[in-house]
Amino acid sequence: MPVKHQAVHDIRTPLCEGEILQVQDLEFAYPSGYAALRGIDLCIREGERVALVGPNGAGKSTLMLHLNGILGQSKAILIAGLPVIPENYPVIRALVGLVFQNPDDQLFSPTVFEDVAFGPLHMGLSEEEIYQRVEEALAAVQMSEFEDHLCYHLSMGQKKRVAIATVLAMRPKILVLDEPSAGLDPRARRSLIQFLDTLPITMLAATHDMRLVEDLFPRMVIMDEGEIVADGLTSRLMANDSLLKAHGLESSRA
Amino acid sequence: MHVDAFNQYHAGESLIHHLDARAKVVVAISFIFSNALLPDGSWVTFTLAWMFLLLANELSGLGLGFTLKRSFVALPFALVAGSAIFSPLGEPLAVWDLGFMTLIPTDAGVRRFFSVLIRSWLSVQMAILLVATTPFPDLIHALEHLRAPRVLTTIIAFLYRYLFILTDEARRLLRARESRSANLSGRKHGGTLWWRAKVTGNMVGQLFIRSYERSDRIYKAMLSRGYAGHLRTLNPHIMRRFDWLILILSLTFLLLVQFLGWIQ
Repeated sequence: MPVKHQAVHDIRTPLCEGEILQVQDLEFAYPSGYAALRGIDLCIREGERVALVGPNGAGKSTLMLHLNGILGQSKAILIAGLPVIPENYPVIRALVGLVFQNPDDQLFSPTVFEDVAFGPLHMGLSEEEIYQRVEEALAAVQMSEFEDHLCYHLSMGQKKRVAIATVLAMRPKILVLDEPSAGLDPRARRSLIQFLDTLPITMLAATHDMRLVEDLFPRMVIMDEGEIVADGLTSRLMANDSLLKAHGLESSRA
Repeated sequence: MHVDAFNQYHAGESLIHHLDARAKVVVAISFIFSNALLPDGSWVTFTLAWMFLLLANELSGLGLGFTLKRSFVALPFALVAGSAIFSPLGEPLAVWDLGFMTLIPTDAGVRRFFSVLIRSWLSVQMAILLVATTPFPDLIHALEHLRAPRVLTTIIAFLYRYLFILTDEARRLLRARESRSANLSGRKHGGTLWWRAKVTGNMVGQLFIRSYERSDRIYKAMLSRGYAGHLRTLNPHIMRRFDWLILILSLTFLLLVQFLGWIQ
């Protein structure tokens, strides 16, 4: 009496040409009344790599949590043309790979394998496909030999890699990273940058690491007090010292 | 404390490990019910139930004494049954005059007390064995298959998952306190009892808020990866002929035990 589990949702990712992410006039206030986002407009095309910078409390993380509907539905956001509403959540969560800032929050299963398998498993994929995806994702982050290790015992750099693998295993169309280089030593940071550079995937990363921005992200968006204050080529914005200073930032050469 | 301090699963390749989780859950729960239903003082059938438990222990490859060692945690709870000694059902054995009250232990009371002790001791061991031989997601999954209410299975799943957060945060707080608890030689250290109580109180509050917020972040991470209220498992769950066989044999044995217990 084998029990077959049917996929709860049909997760076929829609074809997307052009803009993978469209945000139009997104506003959001926390229940306390604090307006975290005040009219965000942002479009990201497939294949683009965009850095999101700004001082603490600018609303970067809030914006990211919106992109897959964690903070509730929003018709102001279209992911591959789909509005972020409850009916679309399963598909959108497969499309948007959200990597949290603290890997300890992201890695909640005992072993590395179980954690990476969590996403594909809950997408309702077949067993072979789950194994294949886990293997692939771990290989991509060069952590294959750690499959049976306990997440808790890994180093910070290894945890970050596994956290990214947990999301890659879902084959997202856009990788959303919150502070990818925070808490890493220079070598781990360097190898993370090299690794991210090899990923052929659309990326949006919130960070304070201006050298990371310069190395990896041709486009840069500056947020402050819940608004986007600048959006353009990294090289151009980085040269504008007064703009950076006005929003609590400094260029990588400072 | 270690994160897997709560992960009581002991990996293995034994017969019991490979049994379908549903069969294990049904047998374990039936075993517990069977113990509870046996009449007081049916020592023979208690022994039979114990044999059954020992056999399961042995077959699990974890060793005969595996669950015994871990069963003592539940002992304090069983001692609550101590009041049964004084139940006015049977013949008085003695009269203890404590001055403000008189206690009269009875033979039926003593019998009941030891029966309750044995029942709980056997039942706890079976539960320990179940958790030790079944990975946690499989256990929850089996409960879902057995039509346990969704609310219940979800609560158990999260309770288990978040236990480690609590200990993790507690460890950080304690570490922070330790590292600032210096004492200079020749001086009284540690502050007053009142002050220490206040610090501890604040720590408990901190612990609650921190674990609460962290559990929220973890829940968000789970949602982000497609969690929609059901824990899934990769392990195959097929009731093979062997699983049915073990299930039926075990249930027959337990029925037999009940029968023996009641005809005595």
